[in-house]
Amino acid sequence: MPMDPMDAIRTTFFIECDELLAQLEEGLMAMEEGSADSETINSVFRAVHSVKGGGGAFGLDPLVRFSHVFETLLDQIRSSQVEPTEAVVATLLRAADMLADHVSAARDGGGVDEARSEQIAAAIMSHTIGGSATGAYEPEPAEIEGIDFKPQMISLDLPAAEPAADFDISALLASAAAEPAGEAVANDEEGGWVVHFAPHASLYAKANDSALVLRELASLGEAVITVNDEALPTLDEMDPAGAYLGWTVRLPGSVPEDDIRDAFAFVDEDCDLEITREGGAQAGPDIAALLAGAADPAPSVDEPVDLLSSLLQGAVEAPAAAPVAVAAPPAPDKPFNLMDLAPHVDELTQSAPSAPAPQQAANAPPAPPPPQTIRVDLDRVDRLINLVGELVINQAMLAQRVMESGAGKATDVNLALTDLELLTRGIQDSVMAIRAQPVKSVFQRMPRLVREVGEATGKRVKLVTEGEGTEVDKTVVEKLSDPITHMIRNAIDHGLETPAEREAAGKSAEGVVRLTAAHRSGRIVIEVSDDGRGVDRVRVKAKAIEKGLITADAQMTDEEIDNLIFAPGFSTAASVSDISGRGVGMDVVKRSVQALGGRITIISTPGQGSRFSLSLPLTLAVLDGMVVTVGDQTLVAPLTTIIESLKPRAGDVRPLGPNNFVLKIRDAFVPLIDTGAALGFGKSKFDPTEGVALLVESEVAGQVALMVDHIQGQRQVVIKSLETNYRPTDGVAAATILGDGRVALILDIDGLVTAHRKAPPRADTLAMTG
Amino acid sequence: MSLTILAVDDSRTIREMLGHTLRQAGYQVITAEDGVHGLEVLQTERPDVIVTDINMPRLDGFGFIEAVRAEGASRTTPILVLTTESEPEKKARARAAGATGWIVKPFDPVKLVEAIRRVAA
Repeated sequence: MPMDPMDAIRTTFFIECDELLAQLEEGLMAMEEGSADSETINSVFRAVHSVKGGGGAFGLDPLVRFSHVFETLLDQIRSSQVEPTEAVVATLLRAADMLADHVSAARDGGGVDEARSEQIAAAIMSHTIGGSATGAYEPEPAEIEGIDFKPQMISLDLPAAEPAADFDISALLASAAAEPAGEAVANDEEGGWVVHFAPHASLYAKANDSALVLRELASLGEAVITVNDEALPTLDEMDPAGAYLGWTVRLPGSVPEDDIRDAFAFVDEDCDLEITREGGAQAGPDIAALLAGAADPAPSVDEPVDLLSSLLQGAVEAPAAAPVAVAAPPAPDKPFNLMDLAPHVDELTQSAPSAPAPQQAANAPPAPPPPQTIRVDLDRVDRLINLVGELVINQAMLAQRVMESGAGKATDVNLALTDLELLTRGIQDSVMAIRAQPVKSVFQRMPRLVREVGEATGKRVKLVTEGEGTEVDKTVVEKLSDPITHMIRNAIDHGLETPAEREAAGKSAEGVVRLTAAHRSGRIVIEVSDDGRGVDRVRVKAKAIEKGLITADAQMTDEEIDNLIFAPGFSTAASVSDISGRGVGMDVVKRSVQALGGRITIISTPGQGSRFSLSLPLTLAVLDGMVVTVGDQTLVAPLTTIIESLKPRAGDVRPLGPNNFVLKIRDAFVPLIDTGAALGFGKSKFDPTEGVALLVESEVAGQVALMVDHIQGQRQVVIKSLETNYRPTDGVAAATILGDGRVALILDIDGLVTAHRKAPPRADTLAMTG
Repeated sequence: MSLTILAVDDSRTIREMLGHTLRQAGYQVITAEDGVHGLEVLQTERPDVIVTDINMPRLDGFGFIEAVRAEGASRTTPILVLTTESEPEKKARARAAGATGWIVKPFDPVKLVEAIRRVAA
């Protein structure tokens, strides 16, 4: 369905806002680092300016008001009236955060924290010269400005020889046409208007046109226009860029004065203008008197002539069309109506020799072309990715057929097939690269978070980011934001000490949080590290015992204790603080990361800090899987969930109730699930000792063993959505197509466990001892 | 024949909005994203009216107007300045650079078309 154009533009506006806010943040960060060069400041200014401009167009008043205040200060910094000191930049950063809030509120229809907005606006104004006086924003009416008229002498520094020939032709036309006007003016009791208008050459130089101004006046009411051509020199003295004619326009008294002035809005500084009301009603105008009056603003008549002599050389090309225009006889009996002349003006303009155009604007600075980009519908890219997925599968099938046909490795068919495989992989990588985006968009949101969390906890934090250009699939980028946010919150809230504690420990008062991204063996690794106190293992262990996650006498390595913070329901904060106490612990982070096929680990050194490491696949379109056989079906288990695989011995499997079994692995028992039965392939004879157990990590029930018949091997598979192509199915995350053309289901471990055990219990494996 | 308007603005939003408003009014619209781009466009296009923003990267509105007025086929083309700057000195500077007229943002479609009509022959 076609979108309403204004809605589409609104969408564009908010997309652009995101870009502008990023540009703003980036510029302010650079200023914070001390690079206050004019280009940085200008780009910061433009960002806020454009947000305000677009906001104004959509009538987003709170946004516009705030950005106006913001912009005022930036403008003063730009013009070096205000020094961008540390304090000023800190205020600007807070203002940028607030502006982002305003944009979100405008987009999503919510409100903003008005008290905070006011407070930040006040902070901005305290740095602004003129303070609140300049800061107060009054929405301006959308209007054409320029009512305040001041008569002005013509300036003589005009560019030489402006070939504004057509303007003078129309002037001449008007001159020829206007003579006999007079009788028809309808005067009111108020007395008609008399407008004396004498353009300067500068009026034409700015591409304004007397004829258009006169047309505007004529549209206001019945106008009587007379020309004053006293200053017109002889043709051979005429400068094509000069201005020699003036006009007197008589309008009915009923025309509002503002409308008349408005007609001159663009030209009032480039002409002599006098608007007067005739005293009392008169039968008819005295043309001679008017003409004499028109001659009064003498400077306009004299100076162009002076100008003329200095510019005479340029006049040689005076248009031949001019005499023709003078000779054209107008209809003499009727009041002059300028509109009638419009067609003639056009004709003449076209026949007039056009100015010899210099090759082109040679002084335009050559700028490096920006990198060429196109915007493409995501759907199209997805379609392409899908097709390439099919191609990969098709290529695998072909390879399998060829192998089955018994063709030798060195045969032409197999060599060509190897080339095809390389090409296919190349296409797949290239297509994936289309969707790849730098993680920058996520990283950019973090400075604000760090500022806010630092402020709320009273800690001084410096955020260092690295590798923000690292690219990863768009869908992955979008899902990075939450885990990174939580890891950073956690690092500041739990990891970093207060400034006093830090100083006592011989560290600098300012804590450092590092956020880095890098590609490592086909995955993206995001690390969040801090130089704080590290995991307090004694407290973590005590807490885990208190929460019943481990037994009091459990022997655990440091690493195992550190990893307890990922256990469901674990929270070490003694008091539920404003920052971490939002019901979201690291367990939630771990779960969402695993849902993406990722892993999260922590390394901690007491007194020196912790490092969270998050590893994710580069794309959600391809999965590293373990291909297994269950009955006559081939299934794929996501490799990231698998801890180990083993062959159960008879004595290790124990029944638990009538239908369930547990498997003893070393000193713990884990639930043993018959994969085939859980997915409903019929209940074949269940003999665990004949199959292979996959020990997997599930979120709902900790470690679980899945029984399968055989393991075929590890393989990268192209993910096909089952939901889109069939319907959502419990225990199955997606499907893929194997080399032999058969569909294989990709297991959803959590779904499978939930389906198997209706009531999800606590993770009891850790607590269970042999 | 409908008139062609060149709209120069670094904001995609404003460009789209100008394009939409002006097309609705029956004009043909070409756009450029800053002054440098605007001058490039003018090497091949001959718009009847130019509408330009002031604050733009690479080459701002003042510079753009000066360059257009300096030489080239478009030097007699009316130029309307479209900007939120309503301060008198900005307007005076645009005028000195050779702007034909101006419109204060946020623009009202009627006023925009009116201003174009006013400067277009």
